[in-house]
Formats: sequence, structure tokens, C-alpha cells
Amino acid sequence: MIAVTKPAIDWVAALPLLILIGASPLVLLVGLFKSRAARHGAVPLLSAAAFLVAGILGAAQWGDNTALFVAAGSQGALVFDELAIAILGIVCLTGFVTVILSLRSRAPEEAEHGEYYALLLAAAAGMVVLAAAQNLITLFVGLELLSIPLYVLCAVELQRRGSLEAGLKYLIVGSLGSATFLFGLALLYGFSGDTDLRGIAKAVGGDPTDSLLLAGIALSVVGLAFKASVAPFHQWTPDVYEGAPTPITAFMAVATKAATFGAFLRLFDVGLIDAQQTWGPMLAALAVITIVVGNVGALGQDSLKRMLAWSSIAQAGYLLTGVLVGSAFGAEATLFYLVGYAAMNLAAFSVIIARERETDLGDSIDAVTGLGSARPALAWPLTLAMLGLAGMPATVGFIGKFVLIGAAVDGGYTWLGIAIVLGSVISLGYYLRVVAAIWMPVKDAPAGDSAGIETTVLAVVLGAVIVVLGILPGWALGLAQDAGRALGVL
Amino acid sequence: MNIPLSIPLWLPLAAAIVGAFLPKLLQRGLVLGAMGGVFGWAIGTLVGFDGSKGSKTDGLQNVTDTIWVEPLGVHYKLGLDGLNIALIALTALVFLACLVWALMRGDAKAGPVSGGHVATSDTRWPHERRFLILFAAAQTAVLGAFMAQDLLLFIGFFDLMLLPFLFLTLSWGEGPNRAGAITKLFIYTLVGSLLMLAAAAATAVLATSGTAGGISFAFSDLQAAGVPSGSQNWIFLCFAAAFLIKMPGFPFHGWMPDGYGAMPLPVLAVFSAVLSKVAAYAFLRIVLPLYPDASMHFQDLMLALAVCSILYGSVMAFTVTSARLVLGYSSVAQLGFITLGVFALNDDGAQGALLQSVNHGLVVAPAFMIVAYLARRAGGSEDVRDMGGIAFRAPVLATLFLIVALATLAMPGFSNFIGEFLILLGVFQDNLVFALIASIGVALAAVYALRLFIRAMHNREGAAVDSSELTVSEAAPLVPVIVVILALAFVPQFLLHRSSQAVERSVVSYGPVVAPAPTPAALPEGQTP
Repeated sequence: MIAVTKPAIDWVAALPLLILIGASPLVLLVGLFKSRAARHGAVPLLSAAAFLVAGILGAAQWGDNTALFVAAGSQGALVFDELAIAILGIVCLTGFVTVILSLRSRAPEEAEHGEYYALLLAAAAGMVVLAAAQNLITLFVGLELLSIPLYVLCAVELQRRGSLEAGLKYLIVGSLGSATFLFGLALLYGFSGDTDLRGIAKAVGGDPTDSLLLAGIALSVVGLAFKASVAPFHQWTPDVYEGAPTPITAFMAVATKAATFGAFLRLFDVGLIDAQQTWGPMLAALAVITIVVGNVGALGQDSLKRMLAWSSIAQAGYLLTGVLVGSAFGAEATLFYLVGYAAMNLAAFSVIIARERETDLGDSIDAVTGLGSARPALAWPLTLAMLGLAGMPATVGFIGKFVLIGAAVDGGYTWLGIAIVLGSVISLGYYLRVVAAIWMPVKDAPAGDSAGIETTVLAVVLGAVIVVLGILPGWALGLAQDAGRALGVL
Repeated sequence: MNIPLSIPLWLPLAAAIVGAFLPKLLQRGLVLGAMGGVFGWAIGTLVGFDGSKGSKTDGLQNVTDTIWVEPLGVHYKLGLDGLNIALIALTALVFLACLVWALMRGDAKAGPVSGGHVATSDTRWPHERRFLILFAAAQTAVLGAFMAQDLLLFIGFFDLMLLPFLFLTLSWGEGPNRAGAITKLFIYTLVGSLLMLAAAAATAVLATSGTAGGISFAFSDLQAAGVPSGSQNWIFLCFAAAFLIKMPGFPFHGWMPDGYGAMPLPVLAVFSAVLSKVAAYAFLRIVLPLYPDASMHFQDLMLALAVCSILYGSVMAFTVTSARLVLGYSSVAQLGFITLGVFALNDDGAQGALLQSVNHGLVVAPAFMIVAYLARRAGGSEDVRDMGGIAFRAPVLATLFLIVALATLAMPGFSNFIGEFLILLGVFQDNLVFALIASIGVALAAVYALRLFIRAMHNREGAAVDSSELTVSEAAPLVPVIVVILALAFVPQFLLHRSSQAVERSVVSYGPVVAPAPTPAALPEGQTP
């Protein structure tokens, strides 16, 4: 009989994760009450509180570097280092914003409130696990825990055909991605005989050109690329983003991407760093393809959600640059860009959601024509988000692109920096179209009545964040630098 | 007493934003006051400027230097020297004059606008608050680009100065296709600026990442560290593309006809007079000192492009019939001359380029005002074929126009003549062939400038022409600028004295030139009348 020793568990340090996991069944149960106060009041309130508390408790651990669930002789299944906490922060803030954006949405109504928010919390917990994972098993558990609730969430608006179709499409493509990822992890385990990332790193250092290792790397890249919508594994993205309820689209666009890139950084810049010579050029090729495909695909899209879907593909290409250079500078650039990307996308989605409710034009670009005169409080955040995503100065997008290019040059991938730049030029073609639609004076702009103060407030706050981080990025860059160093690469 | 540069830099924008919360008239007053204040400060500083008093290492005066983004080594560093002080004064003057013009233009007794293709160009500004904020933001951004002494700060302002023009054109521009036109302009310009961003990142990483002070973007640090000459070539090409697009220079001028056609005239005047000068200035400030090997390597290419700009711009300027495009193409030609002077890579050429930048800004702004006044008298049309015979009833306007036209064609006696002379002198020392071809441009300038004047002012009276004398509100923005042109015609040394040290500094790495000819720059200060 094998003696099984219990792993040492640091319950206090694990609280952020435990709160997210615990709140999920809690809101599910509260949602069972028939009263309106419970369904419309308590459930969102509890969910928002869970996101906030988890985020704050996580932030309080900045720099502690606690290993959770440490079995004897291992590094621990999860670790809350600066990288994990940075991703945790992005995920929790995005979750909080999503709860607010969902308040008057149809999706929670149709999913009986409790289920909707429970799934949201579970997905967020999965993202935290993914970003904090220290071995292959937790990596995969995290990926599945974030994916499965999202498959359901995409499909909750049963009245709309697009929603169900989006859920199904995401499920099929996502499962394929997960399966591929798992196969890749299995090969990596087969190569190294270890599931711990640091153990794998040691094995890779010994023989970085083993064929089993290379096959494992290729398959796990495919799996993560599916989730991060890196071309050519991006085809699901526009359809799913368009079909899913818009708050969920916002959550997927931001939080999923953050968590997946956290995993990218962990797996490649820690576990497989010694094989960087091998996978660096491969990821660079993927990044270039992604930048081109995303930016070209976004041109001429009339649906803002589809446009942002293609743009998020392009942004994934930029983000990949920070991963593939395999340096602390690169990790810092990726993280900082993720923060800016979160602010810009959430601001854009807030405005889209507000206009979906105010007009009957849905997420079409027509819904924002003449917004500059009709609703300046919505027009400015959307303008800033578009200009920021395009990389204009005085927005966080400028600094973000700049550090990414700096990391590319520093890592010997100058041509990739140029590719980022050329991609941004193409992207102006669609971002400026939105800006022009907002500010060109038109005769019969769809005005609509204001649909709730909360989306407007959110949009304005996020717009302010875009500018503040663009002008005073020092503090956020410092945090990203800490997190980049936490990986322990040079 | 030195006023910190941040104050004149941010004053216009701050005034406009504060004013946005005040009654309309008060906002107008505040913005006018702020721009007037900046102008007063700039003139005062320019007059009292002594180029030899700068710091020993980089020649800068009145430096503001704080670290801005510490992890990246980006400084908020502003400074004055002989290169930028005159251009800052030019910026202050042009913005002030164009603001007065913009606010006045609805006040004038406008002729009936019938069937002309520019019905919008002569009305008041709806949403005046937004207009004032954007216009002031444009000034702050341009001033920032001139004052910045840090590469990333410069690029930030360089890109930022385009944004107000996007919104100004979208909201108040001309023609239904203006969104397309301004998008084209924007994309063209950003191709350059983003390439420049990549090149800037490369410059800082390659030059300073291993040094003791850590990574830095300050010009002085970059110049001290030096960029490895193997990487200079592609970096140079990125910067050159950015600046040639901005100017615009041949063959990167594709955005110009559309963009010029879409902008409202007072905005276009600022754009043409000042923004293109940032590009010319940046060659002297950034490219020549930081990338000496590449500048030598590509000298012939740049000279050839400059000559093409001169010839192409001149030829186009006397074939198009839209008055604003005549000015647009003449700018292409003039900026060709400026580029030519810069890439003579010697004192005389650079001095001439700098002087000519100021001159061109000074003539093109009133020229656009005059185009607007002519269009008002020609039934709203800016086509020279619809004009004609306007001088008969408007002799003062005709006289002022003649002064501007003669300055444009670099009549001896105007400071433009000195500028072009210095440029050609610089190129003659270096490359006889280019200098000879470029000289043709001087003659061509006379053709297009006089053609515009004759077609508009004399000839047979156009069908819809209803001429009248210059009104006081029309003269208010125009006359002061023309007074400055005339003043500078008498004392061009005034600018040359102030810029000589800084110019020498920026071409110092290009070795000894042929024994310097006695140029006005060499005249002692005492001979200034």
C-alpha cells in the first residue's frame, strides 16, 4: 500500500480562490428564492462583492509569493506570485464590471439569475487557477474550469438563435482545443517524467531538441492558441463574440485572454524556456499571421462586436510577442498590455451595451453614429477606446505597444516590432471608421433614451483609466515589472 | 527671468478646458488671452535669446527635466535652443492669427453663397466650445513637439498633434467625403509615426540599454551613447518616412489633395504653416545628430527626393485650378527646398532650411486667409477660374496679396530669398548637379505664385464675382502676419544669429565643409539695423 501524505494547504493565502469557488454555489442557491429582491438584488450584489473581495485579498498578497497546496517534494500545485495576482486582479475587476453590465441584461433573466452569476464566478475561478498553475494537471484543470461555464454562458440567451449557435460552436471548437492541449501536456509529461513546471524546465535544459518534447510543445501551443484566438485557430471568435450575450462577450474578450496569456507565460517562459530557440520562431510566425488576419478581418465589419472580435485576434498577436521573446521585459510588456487591453475593451463594450439598450440597432455601427452630439458621455469613452486600441499617444495603448515593440527589439525580433506597427496601421482603417461615425454631424442620428446610469458611469471611468494610464504609466509599469521578474527568466 | 516651459506649453489647452465650464464669451476670451500670452512670451524670449548661453553639453536653455516613466527611462524634458525658438514663435503667431480669423469669419458681411462647392467654409462654428478645446489642444501638441527633448515625448506630441485635426475636420470640414479624406491623411501619417515609434524603441534599446545610466530616451543621452552604425540605416529610413509623409514630400504626398480639400480653411492654414515644419525641424533635431552614418549614406537619395518634390510640386501648382491646392502643391515644393537644405549636411544649408521653415509658415498662413477672402468675393468658389478682376474694387487686399505672392516666389529683398539662397549655397558646396536642378524651382515658383495672383486679382471679372474692399474684421488676422513678413525682410539676420550655434551643433558630425562663405549668419550682431 502506498502511503499518501496530505499536501500542506495555506488556507488563508488561498482565500481569493476559495471565495470565488464558494460564492458560485452560494449565488446559485440564493437565486432559487422566488422573491425579486433575492434574484435582482442579492444575487448580483453577492457576485460583485465576491469579485471585489477576492481581488482585494489577492492584491494584499502582492509580493508574498505563497505556494498553495504543496505536496511533499513538489513546488506546490498553485502559487500566488506577482504574475498570478496580476491576472487575478484583471479577472476580478473584469468580473465586477461584467456583473454591473449584466444588471439590466436579458441573459441573467433567461438563466434564472443564480445560474448565470454562478457560472460567471466558476469561470473566473478557473482563470485564477490557470494563471497560478505550477504543474500540468492544475494547468489543465484551470483551463477546463474556465471553459465549461463559458460554453454555457454563451448560449444562455435561448430566445436568440445566434446565442445557442455561439454556445455550440464554442463548445465544439473549444473541446477540440482542450483535447489537443491535453495531448500536448501528456507528451510533455512523457518526455520529462514530471508534471511540475520546474521539473520540466530541468528536463528541457538537458535535451531541448527531443522529438517528444517538440511534439508536446506544438500540441500545447495549439491548445492555448485556440483559447487565446491566435490565428489560424481563431475562426470561432467572430461568431461566438457576436452570438454571445454582450456582457459575456466582454468578459470572454478580456478575462479569458488575460488568463490564457498568463498560462502562455507560465508554460513557455518557465517550463519550456530552454527550448526558446525552437518555439520562439514558431510563435513569431503565428504572431505575424495573427496580426495580419485579425486586422484584415476587422476591416469592413459593420457589427461592432464582430469588429472587436477581429481586433481582439489582432491584439492576441501583439500580446504573443511579449511571450515569445522569453524575457522578463517581454513578460512585463505582455502584462502591461493586458491591463490596457482590459480597460480599452471594457470601455468599448460598456458603450456598445448602452447603445444596444438605447436603440434598436443592436451592435451595428449605425447605433453609434452621431453619438458625439447626442451622448458625449458615451462618445468620448468609445473614442478613447478606439484610439487607444489603435495605439495613439496619451492613451494606454500607446505605451503598451511601445513596451511590446521595445521587448521585441530587445529580444532580437525587430522585424516583429515592425509587424506590430504595420498591423496598427491597418487597424486604423476600422477604428477610425467608428470615430468618424461618432463625430461626423448627421441629420437623423438615433438618439434613444438613456438606458441606466451604470453603463455610462462605467464607460466614463474606464475612459479615464485609458488616459491616466497613458499619461502616467509608471506605477502600472512598475507592477508589471515585478510580475515579469516573478517568472525568474532573465 | 525664465518662465518654466511647461507654462506656455500647457496654457492654451488649460485655458480652453477651464473655459469650457464658463460662459461662451469668457471661454473665447480665455483662449484668445492664453494664445496671446504664449505669443507675447515667445516674442519676448526670441528677442532676448542668446544662442551662446546654453548648457555646455547640449546647448539647451531653460530646461525642464523630470523623469516621466521610470521603468522605461522616459523623461519629461523640455528645452529651448536656436533650432526651436523661432519655430515656437512662428507657432504662437500663426495659431493666434488663425484663431482670430476663425472667430471673425462668420462676422464678416458674407456674399450670398450660391452653388459654390464650399458652402460651409464661411459660416460660424457650431459647437464653438468643442472647437476651441480642439484648436487649443492642437497648439499645445505642436508646441510640445518643438520643445520636447526626449524621443518618446517628441513622438507622443508628434502623433498627438494630428488628433485635433481629425476631430476638427470630421466636425467642421468640407465636403461629404471628408471622413474618407481625413482617414486617408491619418493613416498616411501614422504609417510614418508608427514606424518611427518602432525605430525609436530600437534606438533607445540599442544605444543605451547596456550603459551605466540604464535605458534612456533623452536626446542628449542618446547622442552621447550613439546608435550602432549597422542599425542606423533602417532606423533612418523609418524616421525619414515619417517626416517626409508629414511634410508632405514627393512621393509621400498622396494624402495632400484630399486632406487639404477636406479641412476647414483656418484649420488648414495652421496645418500647412506649422505642422509640416515639425517634420523639417525634426530632421535637424533628431535625424542628423543621432544617425550621422545613415544620413551620409542616404544623402543622395534624400537630395533626389527633395529635388523631385520641388519640380513636381511646382509643376502641379501651376496646373491645378483650386486655389487651396495651388498652395498645397507650392508647399510640397517649398518643403522640398527645406529638405534640400537639411541634407546639404552643412551649416549654410541647415541655416537656410531653418530660416525657410519660418518663412514658409509666415507666407502660407496669410495665403490661406486670402484664399478664403477671395472665395467669399467669388460667390463661394475656390476655383481660380471663377475668380478674376477682384483687385479692381479691393486695392488693399490686392496689395497685401501681392506682398504674400512676392514673398512666396522669394523675391530678392524678402527673407525667403535669403532662405533659398542659403539652401542653394549649401547644396552647391556639396553637390553641383542637385543645386542646379533645384535652381529651376526658384523660377517655377515665380510662375505659380504670379499665376495665382493674376488669375484671381486681374483678368476678366468672374461670373459670380462681387468684389469689395477688405473689411476690418478680415484685416485683423491678416495684417499683423504681413507686418512680420515685412519686418523679417529687413532683418533676416535676426533669426540667423539666434540659430547659428544650434545649427552648427546639429551638423557638427559631418566634418569640415568647404571654407564657409561670408553669409549673413557670419555678420556680427552690431550690423543688425
